[in-house]
This record gives sequence, C-alpha cells and structure tokens, in this order.
Amino acid sequence: MNAAVQFVHDQLTVKKNHPKFKAGDNITVNYKIVEGGKERIQSFRGDVMKMQGTGSTASFTVRKISDGVGVERLFPILSPNIDSILLNKVGKVRRAKLYYLRERSGKSARIKEKRM
Amino acid sequence: MKGIIGKKIGMTSVFAADGRQTACTIIEAGPCTVTQVKTQESDGYTALQLAFGDKKEKHSTKSELNHFSKAQATPKRFVKEFRDYSIEKALGETVTVDIFAEGDKVEVVGTTKGKGFQGVVKRHGFSGVGEASHGQHDRSRAPGSIGGSSYPARVFKGMRMAGRMGNDRVKMKGLKVVKVFPEKNYILISGSVPGHNGSIVLIQK
Repeated sequence: MNAAVQFVHDQLTVKKNHPKFKAGDNITVNYKIVEGGKERIQSFRGDVMKMQGTGSTASFTVRKISDGVGVERLFPILSPNIDSILLNKVGKVRRAKLYYLRERSGKSARIKEKRM
Repeated sequence: MKGIIGKKIGMTSVFAADGRQTACTIIEAGPCTVTQVKTQESDGYTALQLAFGDKKEKHSTKSELNHFSKAQATPKRFVKEFRDYSIEKALGETVTVDIFAEGDKVEVVGTTKGKGFQGVVKRHGFSGVGEASHGQHDRSRAPGSIGGSSYPARVFKGMRMAGRMGNDRVKMKGLKVVKVFPEKNYILISGSVPGHNGSIVLIQK
C-alpha cells in the first residue's frame, strides 16, 4: 500500500480486535442494526466465502443456507457496526475464494473442519 | 476564490459514526509559493500565481530562474494562476492546505485518463447494432448511419464518431472536504477526482 494511503488509514480507522479468520471458516458476525430508533444486535452465522481488499476498504463475504435458500452477506471488516465476530470452526479448504459453494448444496457443500 | 495545486495520491474509504462508508481521494496539496501577484493597475485583473513541486536548477531556463528568484523561491515544476484570490497574500509567501476546512464544498480540476482512439460505443455510449443475426456480421459495435444521402449531401458538424477519448480537462463540482492533515499537507476529498495517481489537480473554492 502507498505510504500516504497507509498514513490516512492509520489516522482515521479504529483498530479492532476481531479473531483472525479466512475463507472456509465458520463465523458468527454480530451486527448492530437500527430498527425504529432502537439499536439491537443481529447475528449472522455462516461460512466465509472470500476475503477481499486491503486497508480500510477490506471486506469479507459470509454465506449461509437459510430455509433452503443460499444467502450471502458482505461486511466491511472495519465497519463500526460490527459488534463482534466469533470464530466457530476453522475450515480446511484449498482455495482463497470459495465460489464453488454456490453450485453445491447439501452434503457436497460441507467444508471439512481442520483439527488442531 | 481560493485554491491550491496538488498531486493525486490514491483512494481509500472512511467510515462515518453510523457505519456509512464513503469513498475518498487523498491529495497532497501544497505548500505552494506565491510567485507573482497580479493587480488591476499593472495587469488589468487581479490574480495570484502559485507554484508547486520542486525541480532541478539545471532543468530550468534562465527566465524561469529569475522569475522564481524574485519570490526568493527554488525552481518549481507547476505554475498556475488563480483569479480574484480571496486571501491576501504577498510575493514569496506560501499557501498551505489549511486554507480549507472540514466540510467545505470544493471544486477539483484535473486531466482525465487518456483512453486512446475509441469507438462510438465506449466514447459516446452508442448501443451498437444489438443483433448478431439477421445479416449482421462483424459490425456489432458499428456507429450505423451518419446522415442522409443527396439531401443534405454532407455530414453535419459535430456528428459523434470514433476518435481520441479522455485526456480532457474536467472540473468536478460540489465535492466535500472530509479531512485535512496540515502536518502532512494531505487533504481528503469525497468521491473520485479526474486523472491517474500522481497527476496534478487544482482544488478551488
């Protein structure tokens, strides 16, 4: 990254202590939403499909199957609306972008868990 | 009017307190030296000439060196004039990025990226032929007819055709100053500005 971009990034973004995760991991994202003037926390649990971008533009996509329908949601990593991220399972995958999950369902869409 | 010369550095994004993400451009603006003050009496109009970016003495002509030495300045690469400058500045003084404050609406002038010789679909947004069958072959991005036949027997002026695209002077209006870093001479402006990274832009208000 350009030194100037890095400087602005360091000045303006608040450091977050989220656990380290990567594509294939199963995570829960606790996201703040405002509903009728009140703030509450909604959690979204699924597999990380990809991590993309650098610095303050970095984001990640989480995919889950909800009522038989695949749902993908994209979160900016440094978003102030992310309350917390929980790492549930570490997955064993051979790619950085798991787009192949979109064509799969059921048993074949499972990701093997990495045993520590 | 007030303004400054700067160099486009790159883009990033900034989060607001409510979580909204704004794309921003970082510009390294100034410090600029006032190299000439034009007045109504001597020049017929008022303006401030600003210079930005150092260059080597051996790359400057004698007339340039003498012009800059009047302002006790080192040779500069870029010299621009700003008409009717609203801040009183004398010869040899410097203009820094703190003339702008957070929340100001500014204009940014720059030269867009050159795209080379482009066809009408990219250059003017023509939709192309649209069909691959019904006798169309090898002409899906063609411009089509450019006018009548024996009347008017010519092509009208200004007919949109293929040609050089980009590399134009463009002014972006109504951009907001997101943040100013006076110690580093950086200014953060919402949205994108014309040109590639490292190109010269004018920020004015």
